[in-house]
Amino acid sequence: MEYAKLFVLALIALLAAIAADWGRDLAYSTHAVIIMLVAGGLFLWELRHVDEPRQIAHAGEYMDGPIRAGVIATAFWGIAGFLVGTFIAFQLAFPVLNFDWSEGFANFGRLRPLHTSAVIFAFGGNALIATSFYVVQRTSAARLWGGNAAWFVFWGYQLFIVLAATGYLLGATQSKEYAEPEWYVDIWLTIVWLVYLAVYLGTIIKRRERHIYVANWFFLAFIVTVAMLHVVNNLSIPVSIWGSKSVQVFAGVQDAMTQWWYGHNAVGFFLTAGFLGMMYYFVPKQAGRPIYSYKLSIIHFWALIFLYIWAGPHHLHYTALPDWAATLGMVFSVMLWMPSWGGMINGLMTLEGAWDKIRTDPIIRMFVASLAFYGMSTFEGPMMSIRAVNSLSHYTDWTIGHVHSGALGWNGLITFGCLYYLTPKLWGRQQMYSMGAINAHFWLATIGIVFYAASMWVTGIMEGLMWREVDANGFLVNSFADTVAAKFPMYVVRGLGGVLYLAGGLIMVWNMWMTIRSPQSRPATAQVPAE
Amino acid sequence: MHDTYTILREIADSWVLLAMTVFFIGCCLWAFRPGSRALHDDAAMAPFREPPHLAGCSNACLDCSCARTLEDLK
Repeated sequence: MEYAKLFVLALIALLAAIAADWGRDLAYSTHAVIIMLVAGGLFLWELRHVDEPRQIAHAGEYMDGPIRAGVIATAFWGIAGFLVGTFIAFQLAFPVLNFDWSEGFANFGRLRPLHTSAVIFAFGGNALIATSFYVVQRTSAARLWGGNAAWFVFWGYQLFIVLAATGYLLGATQSKEYAEPEWYVDIWLTIVWLVYLAVYLGTIIKRRERHIYVANWFFLAFIVTVAMLHVVNNLSIPVSIWGSKSVQVFAGVQDAMTQWWYGHNAVGFFLTAGFLGMMYYFVPKQAGRPIYSYKLSIIHFWALIFLYIWAGPHHLHYTALPDWAATLGMVFSVMLWMPSWGGMINGLMTLEGAWDKIRTDPIIRMFVASLAFYGMSTFEGPMMSIRAVNSLSHYTDWTIGHVHSGALGWNGLITFGCLYYLTPKLWGRQQMYSMGAINAHFWLATIGIVFYAASMWVTGIMEGLMWREVDANGFLVNSFADTVAAKFPMYVVRGLGGVLYLAGGLIMVWNMWMTIRSPQSRPATAQVPAE
Repeated sequence: MHDTYTILREIADSWVLLAMTVFFIGCCLWAFRPGSRALHDDAAMAPFREPPHLAGCSNACLDCSCARTLEDLK
């Protein structure tokens, strides 16, 4: 077995070396070098440990190693993503920041997908993988299935992130929003994701708890649906196996519809269903009381997955897409408002009888603010999907503001809350090093989001109104450049909001560092699952 | 033979729509079936049925039951 592993690793390293030499573009060759180094490094590591007795993991303990790594990776990619986001916000306000020397690598067009993927897939994805592994073990009273497969999922996902990020900078993109990585990176992610599904399902199957707790339903829906979306939207044929360029199988409006079926469900299942899985575990745990209504959570689940999958066409109002499809997307988006608010109410009402915790417990305050932003953006979203509203809001910065109130408010704050919950637990500490720092982080993040969302509302609606303004003779009044000039102050405010949010993130990293390194705490020991 | 678009369109807004609506409503009604309350209350407590926190414990309490559990597991 060990020798087979060595042989396979050596083969991969050799093939990657050949690919690096024969590669037809810079991105492909760079990726081949990265893969060669990873495979070569693993080969050496295996070689040095050949015929050594392997430590058999204690089957009676939870497997928390990949979760600890995931918590650190979440914080690291979070800072990276926020930093790039803040920088590109200032690039829009001050175009001179698109330096001549960095043209073609670090101009806005190259950095923008780096930012979106870093925050959604690297920060959000690592948070989802870590919390789902944590939750599924605790609510199933079972160790993760599949031995080191969980480690493969963690490191495989990091490799995907590195390949995607370097690819963007070097120009390897299939030009599909939130699905930019090229064909071989997509294939790698598919492999990693299927192993993730296997580990997750395996753990649920061998559970020692009678029920499959509702958080696991949401996580499972997220894993299964993202696998389906990813595979269908990335159906493409490479021009050459020695190059990164590929051609999409779908064309025209079919391609657009597939892309936004994917794109909106990336929001619905990656950024909503998965994070609701977090909400259904960590909010009750931190509040110390069970979820307000388990029945409501079941209805929430089925309604969410039945409705979300149809909402995608609202991204394609006034396009070549048939009107019935756009109307269908719009109607389902409006209906989605109901389960979304049902879920928000379910989370908030869990605090019934413990409302004082909002004042005394900064982690609960983060969860509550996160749910409030969830409620706000799931009201704003259906409203913007209505055709008449969309005719004003589409292509303006209102959309960007909406996305960020959801991403920074809902996804960001709930992830921070989970990190603050997990860090002391995973490293065997009493609590976070500094409660005051959590408080500071909360306010920096919240004020940052308010700056961001408010400036984008103003500039978005202004932009939309300026674009449609016509004079008495029916001629357009404003040129595009007029709107750009008018947006400058709001762009600066938006950038400042980003600075505040990033500052909060840095405080969190310092706090986590001090908690993990703090010398007076007792050593971390794994917990034993219940009988 | 109709074109694929028309066929799919007809299936999608008749039988498939009906089947999915029925399944969805069935799921919701099923949650309200008689006798489900006890099950749901039990399920809602799942996150709190975590094992006793054994980190840093020397299994030396007077009435310790963890040590035996550990032995059983081994």
